[in-house]
Amino acid sequence: MIRIPCPFCGVRDHSEFSYGGDGSVQYPALEASSQDWHDAVFQRDNICGMQTETWQHVNGCRMWLLVERDTMTHEIRSVRPAQTGLTTALEAIK
Amino acid sequence: MTATRLNTGGRIDRSRRVTFSWDGKTIEGFEGDTLASALMASGQQILGRSFKYHRPRGVMSAGVEESGAIVTLGEGAYLDPNVKATTQEVFSGLSAKGQNAWPNVRCDAGAVLGLFGRFFSAGFYYKTFMGLPPFEWGRGTGIWMQYEKLIRKAAGMGEASRAADPDHYDHSHAYCDVLVVGSGPAGLSAALAAAKKGKDVILIEQDFELGGDYLNQSDPVVELKRATLVDALKAAGVRIMTRTTAFGLYDFGTAGLLERVTDHLSVKPLHQPRQRFWTVRAESTILATGALERLVAFTNNDRPGVMTANAARSYLNRFGVLPGQDIVITTNNDSVYRTAVDLVKAGAKVTVVDLRTELSNTLLNKMSQVGVVVKTGLAPLKALGRKIVSGVQLARPNGTQWIADDVLSCDLLLVSGGWSPVVNLQSHRGSKPIWNAKDACFLPGKCNDNVTMAGSAAGYWQNDDCEASGLAAASLAMGEDVKPPSAVGWERPLKPLYEVRIAGQKTKSFVDPQHDVTASDVRLAHQEGFVSVEHLKRYTTLGMATDQGKMGNIIGLALMADALGKEIPDVGTTRFRPPYTPIAIGALAGRNTGEHFKPLRRTPMHDWNLKHGATMTEAGLWHRPWYFARPGETLNEAYIREATTVRETLGICDVSSLGKIAVQGPDASEFLNRIYTNAFAKLPVGKARYGIMLRDDGMVMDDGTTWRLSENSFLMTTTTTNAGKVMVWLEELLQLRWPELRVHVSSVSDQWGGVSIAGPKARTAIASCLEDAGVIAAENLPFMGVRKTTLKGGIDCLIARISFSGELAYEIYVSADHGEAMMDLLWDAAKPMGGCLYGLEALGTLRIEKGHVTGAELDGRVTIDDAGLGQMASTKKAFIGSALRQRPELTRSDRAQLVGIFPKNRNQTFNGGALLCEKENVKGFGEGWVTAVTHSPALGHWIGLGYVTGGHAAWQNQTLIASDPTRAGEIEVEIVSPHMFDPKGERMHG
Repeated sequence: MIRIPCPFCGVRDHSEFSYGGDGSVQYPALEASSQDWHDAVFQRDNICGMQTETWQHVNGCRMWLLVERDTMTHEIRSVRPAQTGLTTALEAIK
Repeated sequence: MTATRLNTGGRIDRSRRVTFSWDGKTIEGFEGDTLASALMASGQQILGRSFKYHRPRGVMSAGVEESGAIVTLGEGAYLDPNVKATTQEVFSGLSAKGQNAWPNVRCDAGAVLGLFGRFFSAGFYYKTFMGLPPFEWGRGTGIWMQYEKLIRKAAGMGEASRAADPDHYDHSHAYCDVLVVGSGPAGLSAALAAAKKGKDVILIEQDFELGGDYLNQSDPVVELKRATLVDALKAAGVRIMTRTTAFGLYDFGTAGLLERVTDHLSVKPLHQPRQRFWTVRAESTILATGALERLVAFTNNDRPGVMTANAARSYLNRFGVLPGQDIVITTNNDSVYRTAVDLVKAGAKVTVVDLRTELSNTLLNKMSQVGVVVKTGLAPLKALGRKIVSGVQLARPNGTQWIADDVLSCDLLLVSGGWSPVVNLQSHRGSKPIWNAKDACFLPGKCNDNVTMAGSAAGYWQNDDCEASGLAAASLAMGEDVKPPSAVGWERPLKPLYEVRIAGQKTKSFVDPQHDVTASDVRLAHQEGFVSVEHLKRYTTLGMATDQGKMGNIIGLALMADALGKEIPDVGTTRFRPPYTPIAIGALAGRNTGEHFKPLRRTPMHDWNLKHGATMTEAGLWHRPWYFARPGETLNEAYIREATTVRETLGICDVSSLGKIAVQGPDASEFLNRIYTNAFAKLPVGKARYGIMLRDDGMVMDDGTTWRLSENSFLMTTTTTNAGKVMVWLEELLQLRWPELRVHVSSVSDQWGGVSIAGPKARTAIASCLEDAGVIAAENLPFMGVRKTTLKGGIDCLIARISFSGELAYEIYVSADHGEAMMDLLWDAAKPMGGCLYGLEALGTLRIEKGHVTGAELDGRVTIDDAGLGQMASTKKAFIGSALRQRPELTRSDRAQLVGIFPKNRNQTFNGGALLCEKENVKGFGEGWVTAVTHSPALGHWIGLGYVTGGHAAWQNQTLIASDPTRAGEIEVEIVSPHMFDPKGERMHG
């Protein structure tokens, strides 16, 4: 059972979260070409090791998070809000 | 084996007798007995029959590694098969019986199979029955499929009850600083050390008493030490859980435990579950799980009367049972001598046969003083005796071979082939155990988690060393910088011994007695080319029985290594997986069974619907009205009447389960414009619009209407089943992709009660329910108009003129609390007008007639064009999915497209799920499929929706076959436009 330290709620079991996907993907503008969209949606790396993922604390604060997780060991290196403005706001509180 | 109960000694309570039944016979034991010790004491020797050969089996151990005394408990629905008699406590009223035998384990007709033993080697059944000549000549599995049933019956373990499990189970959670697994010398010391430093400690023990190896000793000093430690633990506030097994270790210090709450009680308290499944999250974990003694492979090493040496020590010292009178102990290590002394003191005649020749005089003198005969340089070759052990044929090594030696008579043959530390739990975490050649065992390897091994599980063989390693483990677990004590090891080195045999002799020496895997099976597997230990395991099923190879894995590895000419560590070991010991499926399920399997969602009008005659059906988690039958009406009669009434007068339907999301903020219209395929930016206040949203990959995700309530506030509706998914999607887009948009979304599905009123008289009926009837006049509320207004009695509501049925129709939403009041008002108005209540079935009929799509059509594989809604995809703006819906494969004109379907013979019906095929070509996936079928009262016959390659245009005036081979067979159908009723939509605009 993975445990994820949610920056808003504290450490919780992964059963409270739902996995999103590859958090490093930069989605192109809506107007971008089919090729750009194809690459973003279908061309994914199957990483063995540390990867950035999106998770939603769906049975909690419902915030989307960026989680750095090792796909081999489940080690979690960092968790931050996916919305960039919130990361800054949280740091300001600290 | 002539076991006797001693008058004194042991931990049983002789003042408390318990009576239980064994194979129908009444047997007495004492409180503190296990089923095995009580049966042994009462002279029962054959307790089981083996898996394949139906060989008689007796008690082989005193713990979870048991492979012989495997029995079935309970009766009827409470039947519990494959229970190890060595771990089950006796209690008054316990009912146990032998299994895999007929008529019973002492005299089993199936034993005749043993005579054909040489045919039943590894892979026998597959080799013989798959492709059996002359029927199949080496190909096919037809014969196997038939024979498998018979084979399963002949070979096997206990039978489970076919009735539902009448027991109940619970799930529980706990947190602690230090979790200590095992309460032997190491575990007790570790738990106390951690607790003394202020740590919150949980100590768990699978046995019903704390103490581990302390319990197997007769020395009162040891018992005093044990009792003092236990008292100190209790005083220190350690949470102690006995009868609890740590069956698995998982990520981040999570352990899975199974607590057997009532399995040892005569009267099961009603308020207690049978078992409790614990999830414990620990900062650090100490595994003091002990070590298991191994057997050696020699002929008939499974005879009742053959058991591990330490088991005899446990039966003697813990249960007051002397398991034999004339005992031979064969060994390759030091651990048996204390047992020999105890057995002699209890009055038995004991001979120790040690494979090692270089024993010290001190030891030999000590043994001869107490009267233990020691023979050296010998090992067991064959257990003698037809059903029960009566002697042992010994052999002595000669180079790499063995030569037969003396025969000793005995009634109990004890074997010690060395000790295997229980590294299972650490192995669950991916840690590879390391072979220790000196002690001939696997020791725990490096583990990345905060898991520390202690005691004999870490290779410490003396109690003192175990205690010291427990203390060190506690310090390590608390992050202190200590070095674990160095393991002293055995006084005299152990001499590895796995198998004794004389080459060329065909014998049955068991490696995995529980699955009847013999040493020759392992060699056969090697001969047939299985070199990987993982393949060996699967081919011979070595280690795949309910004990997971606790007794036999190491011997199997050693034999494989020998056959390959390699060392054991080069052959490798299979990875242990949870559970350590079997757990009931019921415990995994806990209370999540029956109607508690998933949550039930009720609309605010649930009770009202029931009161008015609704038959309910499940729609996702929701219960929704299916139909409202009048007395004597069937489902079909009811929904056809309801649908007819809607088209002729009006009907009322609870639509509260639709997903409802409040989308608010200055950028709300821009947000909606990006996620819907059609334009939303300029939707006027007071208007609703039907929208379709796509996924990134261009496929349809969901549809629904969205109402603009004010400049910055929208109410989005989604389909019932996709409500959660759409909400997650909107949150993802706002937080991850478009943080610059000033929009807030919140789910308001449960806040609103919603109803649809459809039919030519809908407006009249609603008008009489409004405080201001003028609001609903056609000029004030045109098609797709939305108004806030008030129902009679001052109930605030939202009215939208939208239609799913194709009739003049409205949806009215009120705060959930007022749902029933709204229904009362509307029904009072509609009933006298000849209106009806209608459910999901009639709703389906109405929408199929109109060709409106739902989840059956929008199944995640269709594009907006496939669904016939391509005109709703804007070409003037970009939106989610607009790029990838242009992929060549998605824009082909011969893709399957939405169509209406009529049966050629209008009197016939056909089935949803049928494949649509060309007339002379009914095969494969055909040309399409049927998604929905209903009887249309408006058209007077059965109709359907479906998808066909090329759509309506490609198949006009042609006959297709709706093929449904397992149900309706082949029905001729014709393809029509999906808009089967009122294609111009004149009725809803009326």
